[in-house]
Amino acid sequence: MIKKEFMEIISNKEIALDTFELVLKNKYVSQAAGPGQFLHISLPGHTLRRPISIASVDPDACTVTTIFKVIGSGTKALSFCKEGEMIDVLGPGGNGFSLENEAGSRILLVGGGIGVPPLYYLGKQLAAQGHKIVSVLGFQNKESVFYEERFKEFGEVHIATDNGSYGTKGFVTDVIGNIGEIDRYYTVGPIPMLRAVTEKLAGTPGYISLEERMGCGIGACYACVIPLKGEEHGYRKICSEGPVFEANEVAL
Amino acid sequence: MDLSVKLPGLDMKNPILPASGCFGFGREFSNFYDLSKLGGITMKAATLHARYGNPTPRVAETASGMLNAIGLQNPGVAKIIQEEVPFLAQFDTKIMANIAGSTAEEYIEVAKSFNDTDDVHALELNISCPNVKEGGIQFGTDCMMAASITEQVKKASRHPVYVKLSPNVSNIGEMAKAVEAAGADGITMINTLTGMQIHLPSKRPLIANKTGGLSGPAIKPVAVRMIYEVKQQVNIPIIGMGGISTAEDVLEFLLAGASAVAVGTANFQNPCVCSEIIDELPQVLECYGFNSVQETIGKGIQ
Ligand SMILES: Cc1cc2nc3c(=O)[nH]c(=O)nc-3n(C[C@H](O)[C@H](O)[C@H](O)COP(=O)(O)OP(=O)(O)OC[C@H]3O[C@@H](n4cnc5c(N)ncnc54)[C@H](O)[C@@H]3O)c2cc1C
Ligand SMILES: Cc1cc2nc3c(=O)[nH]c(=O)nc-3n(C[C@H](O)[C@H](O)[C@H](O)COP(=O)(O)O)c2cc1C
Ligand code: FES
Repeated sequence: MIKKEFMEIISNKEIALDTFELVLKNKYVSQAAGPGQFLHISLPGHTLRRPISIASVDPDACTVTTIFKVIGSGTKALSFCKEGEMIDVLGPGGNGFSLENEAGSRILLVGGGIGVPPLYYLGKQLAAQGHKIVSVLGFQNKESVFYEERFKEFGEVHIATDNGSYGTKGFVTDVIGNIGEIDRYYTVGPIPMLRAVTEKLAGTPGYISLEERMGCGIGACYACVIPLKGEEHGYRKICSEGPVFEANEVAL
Repeated sequence: MDLSVKLPGLDMKNPILPASGCFGFGREFSNFYDLSKLGGITMKAATLHARYGNPTPRVAETASGMLNAIGLQNPGVAKIIQEEVPFLAQFDTKIMANIAGSTAEEYIEVAKSFNDTDDVHALELNISCPNVKEGGIQFGTDCMMAASITEQVKKASRHPVYVKLSPNVSNIGEMAKAVEAAGADGITMINTLTGMQIHLPSKRPLIANKTGGLSGPAIKPVAVRMIYEVKQQVNIPIIGMGGISTAEDVLEFLLAGASAVAVGTANFQNPCVCSEIIDELPQVLECYGFNSVQETIGKGIQ
């Protein structure tokens, strides 16, 4: 269940271009959070909270790791937060990824930019269940790449960069045609990427995780809705019923 | 400290209600605290049929506030009465239903639907939503239309009717007097101020609806000024709102002439804010030399 909690900053460091790894301590959140869920972070001087995915947890150390990219004033303020400070979060928010797969499945993770972090937590869990993991991660350029080694801990990793400065030149969809048979995929990233990935993998069952501007982050304000496929007035709230959906459930 | 206030249909243990549209139908917030603590609850707007609302993005942050253009998304009045009102009725608090529509007939139908339930204690006539193309705002910016729809809804409803005023008018006092003369039992004010934000990367309005309603601390001085003006021109009670986020803000609204207050946007920043304000209000009143909420109302008016 989502709760309002204070989390202590254990560390906050730049791990790639404008990309920060923020480690937070809080017993409840570290033990309650599943892959695909997010923290809704309050920042001084900002009316609205900022949703940031959970990139991994360590329930024994009571820590939660997030990775965020500096986009505007909220994430900039978060990048200035220092070790020892407390931040106010609502968490863990939303519904995460389903971990139910047939034993020994070959699973594809497709992440674009700041969509990569939640896949790390997911991949670790799926690998621990004995599945084979293939990760395809897309970034703008070489300087933006992060966590390649971490993803290699549990499987095969392919990197694509928009300008070709690292890995394959192009988009994640340019890579996923060449990775062979898969049983299921999970993808997180900007909507155009999700659209391209779900089209390319149309015959394969998959899950997607969506982003939208949020008000409350808990399902009360209807700011973050997405229409359901083929149903008039049908919708889902991304913050509380998502951010994870089955690939065919919503109209991208 | 006596926090109770008595308004038409709303005999409340304290003067704090969450504002319409900022609290859904209470379910999500009931995970954070016991809703029985609240003086009352204003439900999200009800229309006759289910509405999907506007395209996204529907919200944007501004300095000390936010813009929203949700577009009255709701499951329709029948579902609200069937599924949401019974949930809220479990709590020891008063329930105000916010009603909206595109035509006078729709408002009347929605108002009539609430006659079927005793668990709703008052109606809030939302003639001031800036985010729907038809109806809504026009009713709220034209005195004659506002009076006419108030009169018709009053006739149709067995519940006390509060009319929610739009700040997007040049003479708020005239609007207030018009709806009072038409039979309104109370006034709620203010709804959001129409605003816009341009997204620099796309060079276009950020909100898909282009304009949105500004709420939050940014609009508080406007709300206080308007309540102060209206209080001197009408004899029906005012439920004040617009940027309230602390117990001190509540006192400011009471002094300006509000008999109760609603808290909107602040619930997004802190889902426990209404509960915390209720806890802090007695100390704040005491600090400024008051023994009850009742004696603060309108004290700021010379
Ligand atoms: C469920 C979810 C998970 C996310 N996980 C991550 C993550 O792990 N790492 C990461 O770097 N980013 C993540 N994001 C995106 C992140 O929330 C935005 O980049 C961030 O809110 C931008 O805030 P800002 O103040 O820096 O930017 P501004 O553009 O100044 O923000 C202004 C407003 O727009 C909202 N906003 C802007 N961009 C987005 C966006 N892409 N999605 C949602 N709201 C947005 C902000 O919350 C704020 O209310 C996630 C978004 C969602 C919805
Ligand atoms: C996201 C959002 C949705 C709203 N929806 C409604 C609504 O359905 N009906 C209504 O009368 N007012 C609605 N309002 C207006 C609020 O009830 C309130 O009048 C306004 O936001 C000012 O108060 P605040 O500054 O405390 O938020 C909405 C406001 C917001 C921010
Ligand atoms: S952000 Fe309020 S319903 Fe999702």
